[in-house]
Amino acid sequence: MAAVPTDLLYSKTHEWVQIEGDAVRVGITDHAQDSLGDITFVELPKLGTSVKKGGDAGVIESVKAASDLFSPVTGEVVSLNDSLESAPENINSDPYGSGWLYTVKFTDKSELDSLMDYEAYEKYLETI
Amino acid sequence: MKKTVLYEKHLSLKAKIAPFGGYEMPVQYEGIIKEHNAARTGTVIFDTCHMGEFKISGDSAVSDLERILSCDVADIKTDACRYGFLCNGNGGVIDDQILYRISESEFMMVVNASTEEGDFEWIKSQISENTKVENISAQTAKIDLQGPLSPKIAALILQDSITELKFYNFAYNYYKDTRVLVSRTGYTGEMGFEIYSPAETASLLWDDCISKGAVPAGIGARDTLRLEIGFPLYGHELSIDRNAIQSGFNRAISQKKVFIGSSAVFAPSADNQILVGITLDGRRSAREGDMVLNKSGQEAGIITSASFSPTLGYAIALGYVNKEYSQPETLLKIISGKNEFSGKVSRLPFYKNATARSDIKLMIGMS
Repeated sequence: MAAVPTDLLYSKTHEWVQIEGDAVRVGITDHAQDSLGDITFVELPKLGTSVKKGGDAGVIESVKAASDLFSPVTGEVVSLNDSLESAPENINSDPYGSGWLYTVKFTDKSELDSLMDYEAYEKYLETI
Repeated sequence: MKKTVLYEKHLSLKAKIAPFGGYEMPVQYEGIIKEHNAARTGTVIFDTCHMGEFKISGDSAVSDLERILSCDVADIKTDACRYGFLCNGNGGVIDDQILYRISESEFMMVVNASTEEGDFEWIKSQISENTKVENISAQTAKIDLQGPLSPKIAALILQDSITELKFYNFAYNYYKDTRVLVSRTGYTGEMGFEIYSPAETASLLWDDCISKGAVPAGIGARDTLRLEIGFPLYGHELSIDRNAIQSGFNRAISQKKVFIGSSAVFAPSADNQILVGITLDGRRSAREGDMVLNKSGQEAGIITSASFSPTLGYAIALGYVNKEYSQPETLLKIISGKNEFSGKVSRLPFYKNATARSDIKLMIGMS
């Protein structure tokens, strides 16, 4: 597996977060995509809807498994990675790049404080 | 949990391991879709050592087997195989099996891993005194080579030519100095071979096939491959609680004889539900146990297996539906958790270009 990027934040449910001004870009980690196996379908939250930290943010399916997605922050969904509709396998091949999921304009920046940095996430991976 | 003789090979290939049929089996090595595609376009190798093999012999073997199997037995030619069901008195399926006729009075029966012990006890209880049944599963290894390019690898591995081997026939052959049984059978719909060897030969044979280009494939790809062809999987499509006739595998059920369960199998209302293929609109898969509704929303059946189809690019499923909804193109709905999917009954196989019955000589000529 690829190394955990050092410039991102991580949730216990294996989403990654990249801060972009007053919004965050969200994806799933390399560990998450590897556990799921070949991804065949992604349902993302609708554009313009509100998501809550820890709340439902869609579904991701692989050949063998289905898994819920959870939003790492509270806010409004402001963009979606539409290419995943026809090429969900990008999440497997490039989870931190072309496999990103959506961006959220956050309402409470302090929520980011509860996310893990890469060192904490790497340690967390060792415990599960 | 049991392990096959190839378990260490799977670990060294970094397979993801999961329980299947009482064994720790490889689910995938590098990825289900990659392994699936390799079976459709090249050659894969499966560890199927978990499956059970019985040797059944004696002067009454044919008449005993006619009673305990749904398929005809007497007219199986020596060196040929036949698919059929072991039924109980209610017509429920104890197991599905392939019977190999080794000689006039000697057979090998190949059964599922999870049902092996129960099958053996059932057979022992049903055969006459002078028929001998022996469980040879422990000393018998089984490796499946599958895919359009598999004859090339089989030809490199085996001493004797395999070009005359016809679909659902078998022959003894040699791997180095070891005698092996090779049948032109499989569970993928593709051209391929099942190789039965002594357990101690399996590791060498496995490594040799991989060194000649076979891609190791796990039970994940095995499941998506069989589903695209519409093959049933015991415990999903077939079970003790389902009448064999509902499977729709009428070739496996003789109408010319009496066998255990036959009166229930041919009872007038036995086929009130039928196993069908269902194609879904889109990539999202249904799940085993999902309810099937007719287009007006009334209950019509249940899903038994479902997956995204890697070859076709959309979701497919097998399920039992009431007979009136079993015609191809019938529109159905599937309730999957909080979602509802649209689908329609499809003719099987879903994937129609598989190569199992192709001319082996033409396949070997392929590059």
